[in-house]
Amino acid sequence: MTFYQLIEDTTVKLHKFAATQLPNEVSEALKKMQEAETSPPSKAALSTIVDNFGIAEETATPMCQDTGIHIYYVNIGENFPKVLGIESILRKASARATKEIPLRPNAVNPIVGGNSGDNTGRHIPYINYDFIPGADYLEITVFPKGGGSENMCALGMLKPGQGINGIKKFVIETILNAGGQPCPPVIVGVGIGGGADIALKLGKKQLMRPLGQRHPEPEIAQLEKDLLKAINMTGIGSMGLGGEVSTALDVKIDYAHRHPASLPVGIAIQCWAARKSTARIYQDGRVEFLTHKED
Amino acid sequence: MAEYHFTTPITKEDVQKLRIGDVIYVTGTVFTARDEAHERALEMAKKGESMPIDFEGLAVYHCGPVVRKVDDQWEIVAAGPTTSTRMDIFEDEFIQTFGVNVIIGKGGMGARTVKAMQEYKAVYTAFVGGAAVVAAKGIKRVKEVHWLDLGTPECLWVLDVEKFGPLIVGIDTYGESLFQNVADEAQKKLPQIGEFLGISF
Repeated sequence: MTFYQLIEDTTVKLHKFAATQLPNEVSEALKKMQEAETSPPSKAALSTIVDNFGIAEETATPMCQDTGIHIYYVNIGENFPKVLGIESILRKASARATKEIPLRPNAVNPIVGGNSGDNTGRHIPYINYDFIPGADYLEITVFPKGGGSENMCALGMLKPGQGINGIKKFVIETILNAGGQPCPPVIVGVGIGGGADIALKLGKKQLMRPLGQRHPEPEIAQLEKDLLKAINMTGIGSMGLGGEVSTALDVKIDYAHRHPASLPVGIAIQCWAARKSTARIYQDGRVEFLTHKED
Repeated sequence: MAEYHFTTPITKEDVQKLRIGDVIYVTGTVFTARDEAHERALEMAKKGESMPIDFEGLAVYHCGPVVRKVDDQWEIVAAGPTTSTRMDIFEDEFIQTFGVNVIIGKGGMGARTVKAMQEYKAVYTAFVGGAAVVAAKGIKRVKEVHWLDLGTPECLWVLDVEKFGPLIVGIDTYGESLFQNVADEAQKKLPQIGEFLGISF
């Protein structure tokens, strides 16, 4: 097998893992939430959710019909020499995964209409690249993002004078506006500063962090904890049916330094079907799956 | 919270029994329609063209399924609901034009649809969003498919369903909305949330 084929095959496998099995930390958190919820409609919705991801995993079927638009996070070890052609490999993997698993074709031309049929199109799949100093591997994360939760994402170009309190208010207002539409319990990623695009990118990137993990800076960690508690105080609950503890699974925040005149806040919202899968591919052909176990 | 089992065609008398919080299961024929199928159906109706099937008394499902074709027969792999609010701009006219009395979706619908449901006697029911494998279990087979040119998520799937549910009545024929009630309650909690975060709304 060529190295390129190995990357393609691994990516198709990652798609299958992502679509059919929740990362363990997410499924465990949802089960715990189902036990803790006291409001009957939300508790019932959580039971259906738990049943659903259980059957999906057993039968290797996509847990949600919205198998998302295809987004990749590719982290390239600075000592990993073989990245030439990665984009065409990933596009091929997207189309192959769509046919083989199968996934729903979700790439639509916004101007002239028409679904491409294989989840590839202009700028889609979308690939985010980063470099990892000192690493000798290629790390690929498959992140299929559903439309329902994506539609509730928000960008606020706040005035610097609004400060941290303005950020808190914007987050709560965004969650209230979303209600049951993004399929709660949700995970909320907040990116602060940088610029409009940077805030949203940082917000979305937070959705990669493990549940329960707090930001290393204590002020941010506290803000994450406070906003999580406040969001659950809204009582929106699972699927917006009203519930005491199940509006959000977690809140993740990160920041970039801002322009003196700007305070951008990007909010990314992830539905309960928080699908992602990651593998590292080493130069010698070794593949290590980080989020899922290979049979 | 009462439980009802309906078989299509579902009448206006049937749906007027329902109140928000009730649970229903549907057996019979359900068809899917998302943004584009709603738009096309209404455009065709305006031109006096007939629909590929008679919608009257059927349930419309806001859903774009994952499908696969095995030996020329379509199979539904996963089929949970999509966000219903996108259809708010079509649904009042859709209910009025086609006599559809049951809507299945997720996340609730807005004031314009709530008003139309009261006026034309229809209910909105919610299936758990993303619970696509559980939903697919209630779908027995694909009866027909139309408008495949819209793509498999957006086209019109006509489905044979059995005990499809549980569907929670979210909007009834009396102008009540479970989702609006939850939103109103959340608004009432704002002062308390503000106090906790040290801000005012």
